[in-house]
Amino acid sequence: MASIIRVYFKDEARDTLGERVKEEILKHLKLKVDKVGTVEVYTIDKELSYSELEHVRKEIFTDPLVQISSCKSLTKNFDWLVEVGCRPGVTDPVGHTAREAIEELLGVSFTARQSVYASREYLISGGLKQAEVERIVRDFLANELIQRWKIIDRRTIEGRGEAEPYIPHVQLSDGPQVIEVNLGVSDAELERIGKDGIMGKEGSRGPLALSLPEMRTIRDYFNRGNVIAARKEVGLGKNPLDIELESIAQTQSEHCKHKIFNGLLAYEENGKREPELIDSLFKTYIKGATHEIRKKAGENDWCVQVFTDNSGIVRFNENWNLTFKVETHNSPSALDPYGGAITGIVGVNRDPLGTGKGSRLILNIYGYCLAPPNYEKELPCRDKNGKNPLLHPRRILDGVRKGVEDGGNKSGIPTAWGFLRFDERYLGKPLVYVGTVGIMPAVINGKPSHKKKAMPGDLIVMVGGKIGKDGIHGATFSSESLQKESPAAAVQIGDPITQKKMSDMLLEARDLDLYNSITDNGAGGLSCSIGEMAQESGGCTVNLTAAPLKYDGLDPWEIWISEAQERMTLAIEPEKLTRFMELCHKWDVIGTVLGKFTDSGKCHVEYQGKTVMFVDLDFLHNGLPQKRMRGVFHPPSLRMVEVPPPQNLTGVLKEMLSRLNICSKEHIVRQYDHEVQGTSVIKPLVGVRCDVHSDAVVIKPLADSWQGVSITTAIKPNYSDLDTYHMAACCIDEAVKNAISIGSDPNRIALLDNFCWSRTEEEWRLGELKRAAQACYDYAILFGTPFISGKDSMFNDFDGFSEAGKVLKIAVPPTLLISAIGIISDVRKCITMDGKAPEDIIYILGETALELGGSEYLCLMGEEHKAGRVPVVNGERAKLLYQRLYRAIEEGIISSAHSLSDGGLGVGLAKVAFAGELGMEVDLSKVPRKGVERDDFLLFSESASRFIITVSPKNARDFQEMMRESECASIGCLRSNGKFAIKGLDGRVIISARSSDLKQAYKGTEAQELIAI
Amino acid sequence: MVKTPRVLVLIGYGINCDRETKLAFEMAGAQVQRVHINNLINSKYRLENFHILALPGGFSYGDDIASGKVLANKIKINLGDEVRKFISEGKLIIGICNGFQVMVKAGLLPDISDCVTQATTLTFNDSGRFEARWVHLRKWSEKCIWTRGIERIYLPVAHGEGKFFAEKETITNLEESQQIVFKYVNEEGEPAKGEFPHNPNGSERDIAAICDPSGRIFGMMPHPERFLYFINHPNWTKKKEELIRRGTGIPREGDGIALFRNGVQYVRDNL
Repeated sequence: MASIIRVYFKDEARDTLGERVKEEILKHLKLKVDKVGTVEVYTIDKELSYSELEHVRKEIFTDPLVQISSCKSLTKNFDWLVEVGCRPGVTDPVGHTAREAIEELLGVSFTARQSVYASREYLISGGLKQAEVERIVRDFLANELIQRWKIIDRRTIEGRGEAEPYIPHVQLSDGPQVIEVNLGVSDAELERIGKDGIMGKEGSRGPLALSLPEMRTIRDYFNRGNVIAARKEVGLGKNPLDIELESIAQTQSEHCKHKIFNGLLAYEENGKREPELIDSLFKTYIKGATHEIRKKAGENDWCVQVFTDNSGIVRFNENWNLTFKVETHNSPSALDPYGGAITGIVGVNRDPLGTGKGSRLILNIYGYCLAPPNYEKELPCRDKNGKNPLLHPRRILDGVRKGVEDGGNKSGIPTAWGFLRFDERYLGKPLVYVGTVGIMPAVINGKPSHKKKAMPGDLIVMVGGKIGKDGIHGATFSSESLQKESPAAAVQIGDPITQKKMSDMLLEARDLDLYNSITDNGAGGLSCSIGEMAQESGGCTVNLTAAPLKYDGLDPWEIWISEAQERMTLAIEPEKLTRFMELCHKWDVIGTVLGKFTDSGKCHVEYQGKTVMFVDLDFLHNGLPQKRMRGVFHPPSLRMVEVPPPQNLTGVLKEMLSRLNICSKEHIVRQYDHEVQGTSVIKPLVGVRCDVHSDAVVIKPLADSWQGVSITTAIKPNYSDLDTYHMAACCIDEAVKNAISIGSDPNRIALLDNFCWSRTEEEWRLGELKRAAQACYDYAILFGTPFISGKDSMFNDFDGFSEAGKVLKIAVPPTLLISAIGIISDVRKCITMDGKAPEDIIYILGETALELGGSEYLCLMGEEHKAGRVPVVNGERAKLLYQRLYRAIEEGIISSAHSLSDGGLGVGLAKVAFAGELGMEVDLSKVPRKGVERDDFLLFSESASRFIITVSPKNARDFQEMMRESECASIGCLRSNGKFAIKGLDGRVIISARSSDLKQAYKGTEAQELIAI
Repeated sequence: MVKTPRVLVLIGYGINCDRETKLAFEMAGAQVQRVHINNLINSKYRLENFHILALPGGFSYGDDIASGKVLANKIKINLGDEVRKFISEGKLIIGICNGFQVMVKAGLLPDISDCVTQATTLTFNDSGRFEARWVHLRKWSEKCIWTRGIERIYLPVAHGEGKFFAEKETITNLEESQQIVFKYVNEEGEPAKGEFPHNPNGSERDIAAICDPSGRIFGMMPHPERFLYFINHPNWTKKKEELIRRGTGIPREGDGIALFRNGVQYVRDNL
């Protein structure tokens, strides 16, 4: 019989969670409630004696100063009680910890079927109707994909006894099954299997996401004479088994193989007759650029290993290497923002952890592209009947922010850099970027750390969490548009503590030389991790019976492709196994031998003594045909900007500063621990009050070196409607420029590309993709900044319905995130963007052109993204400028540098002034410009490659001398009086405000309120 | 006399500020070992061989149930006697952030000798949010050996459950027995009076750190190990400009290291 312990806050203690929920209900749903109280509920599904139960209640679950608890419901004042708990099989870390705590305290063990489940009761007071309470639960407190709830009207429970506790126990109806799939069927049926998936007893098991040509190739493989003969020897028939098809689909998924980015593209531009044939955009432009740069660098090449492992590796100094990877986790975050984001961040952590022999994680980054949180129009639905609406962007922001908070903070990795980008077209698919930097000794135990190789005879060992149905078809799922069939199993919840224990343990095992190879279990789970490592040795034999499961009844194909989190796969020499297992024991980590690496050329999987998979490794990885596509590009016709000059530019500047894409996101930054590890040098927020966003962050990762690592990103989807080529060029320019502005060495900046595209079945969209990739090539080579890693996500589309049932499609704008990792020779030379002292001279570097296309200013003026000229990067000129600026920073003659971005010069000047809590006088007529004759255009044009620099008067001459051959002009100076004054082209003062008022606009606006959660 | 004090930095189960805490003690001149709690429980390492026990920050057991609580129980159940002996021998304990939460919930603070029930707690911030920001602290008592020579210090906090809370009488007793070591203050050094953001969590009487009656057993919410270098200060680039314009160079170290030096020096002088 299960017991329930309820934990209440004492009346004299504050229930801050309840207070916050009440506030949020008002903010989100415009519903006023009098009070919300929260009760933590622990359901212990194990027989305990009364005294044992009392002991655990007091010793584990109750803080005697602020809480009271009971094994019975206490009488409290409320009108509605809502209990929210996990659905069966959903990761419940609190329940898991509670179980461990009870085992420790009582010295008992729970059996596999016994457990503790955590849930929460909300006691809501206020005159609400049942429907309103239901709305609160559905739209705010719970997510039905992962949670279940119970709503109780106070009046109906008066006088009744305790209800029977609900136990979210997983019950799988049948025992494990394996089914054969007959591929000797019509093309139509083959296509159906590829699209909808294998039919199990309960219906379709979920999409394989394989095309007809791919399905035919698979059918033909299983019909080959030698394949039939070989399979017969291990007891298999002619038809593939479900696990074999699922495994091929996983290995060959868009997520794993990037079929579009690696496809054969016939590209036509602007009516040219002969199409250009591009054999893989990725190889040609991304890898191609890196190849060129490395070749040119010769001995100065600082890339150690790129594109082959889980993340890119570059040299930090002669003893240490850095690893860096950025991922997206978009589809799961659309369904369950919290689960999607925490799984994303904890998942991307495993990439550097599984790169080479493994690196220690030293920094996290995040980025959210969302619809505005103040979105007020109707929410499109996944179902035609007006049901199953998309989540409101405000709720998505709330969830993803919290997911990254828990994932990053609990892992002890500083979550230091991030961004938010708002555009209504992210309503259907939010983009959730997560990234991690790692560091590892260049040589470990006398061997280069970036090399790893599973050897025939090595044991396959899985460590970390157990396997459940989590995330099955997650990888293939992201290849399909988000439709109503989206399986709830695509949502999982990461558990950072399980992973923290594992990663601490692995670093120790690495240093003791206990394994030969390592990789993470991400998309495709074991099928991909073992499948990849088997390529190193030349084969594998796996015994799935040994796999540790969360619950009984999983089919072998589910065990094989499950994406249950917090797992790594290792190759361990048999004689080192005992020592490795001792280490697992010490760190309290589960380690399981799952088989052996071989050189048989086969991926051989057994379950309960029978072979369930026997596929040639080469076919598994390389057997499917290359995708063929056509792309076209027609340059958009230029529409001129039609905006009347505004009268009150001071007011406009304030409006610009408070725009969602420009305003302060301090609330979010402060909920991420960005200083853990004690390495922080340049923080995400800088200035006298630490409340203005920096252009980049810097950490000093090693105790015995002053060398630093800088991280920054750039994202410019607002330029994509005009030309994705220049969009991509501006991203690269801005990422490099941001890195330079705090003092990174221009010869030591490496890039990551994350393409998030949509509508990739359309030729014009593929044409845009080609344009963007080409710009990546051109500008990476120009700046000498190699790509070292990246990822693409090609189907960020939503296909659904309006409330009235009309078909509705929402595609994200073509979005490229460029992340830059830079090396700083001595962090003590770094500079920040805040103005430092009165009378310091203000310079602008770079020329301002009439480039307002896609700008925040035109958006403010209602022009959206389709008018005006997109900023064009003059790479040659920019490169020289960056080198000169770097030299000036190295020589210590600059006091501050700010890289101009969204909102242009006007916004940039204001930030420099109010970050330093100083006044400023600027004369716009001195700004180097081309074709700009209006003050507002000069202030808000977003021309690339520009900085605002402040220099103490003493260093002014030296600085000008160093910048002699670049566009550089002194345009004013900082003042102690706190007044911000800008003179226009005709000499009149056009902006006059107090710096503090401008900061107020940047920080304290309605927009910021919406982000402040 | 001990020449090189030995420090045990506890690790495992989600503790995560162990490396920087180790570095802090090393910079202060100690010999430091990171030891997994299970290696103390199985006696592979013995607490008695060390002079200082450091409970670092982090998220032991993910802050599940209540921050620090589950690790506190694990220590009480498995290492209670060893810890009591360690304290009775005049040795030192420091708990930072999650380590402080563990100490309070295990009853090591405010006074292990009358630890029948937990007397104080660290609970959810009034804001209901995790807060990462720098705060001003002022020393409130001369009793603690860890804070000698420090009057005011600026350090980062990063926590969701840092609100110090106890019965009024308990707090009055702590005040009277000089066990309140640091209070959150404003830039001018006046008590924050509960006001955010100077008091980042709503702590009663702005309490940021306490010690036991001996002054050797010490817990604090802010993180001195995150300010070991001048360049960790959030305004160091501005200070650097001021120093350079005055014709001086920039210092190497940050203020946080002073606490670790005090601990190490105390061992040298007294053990």
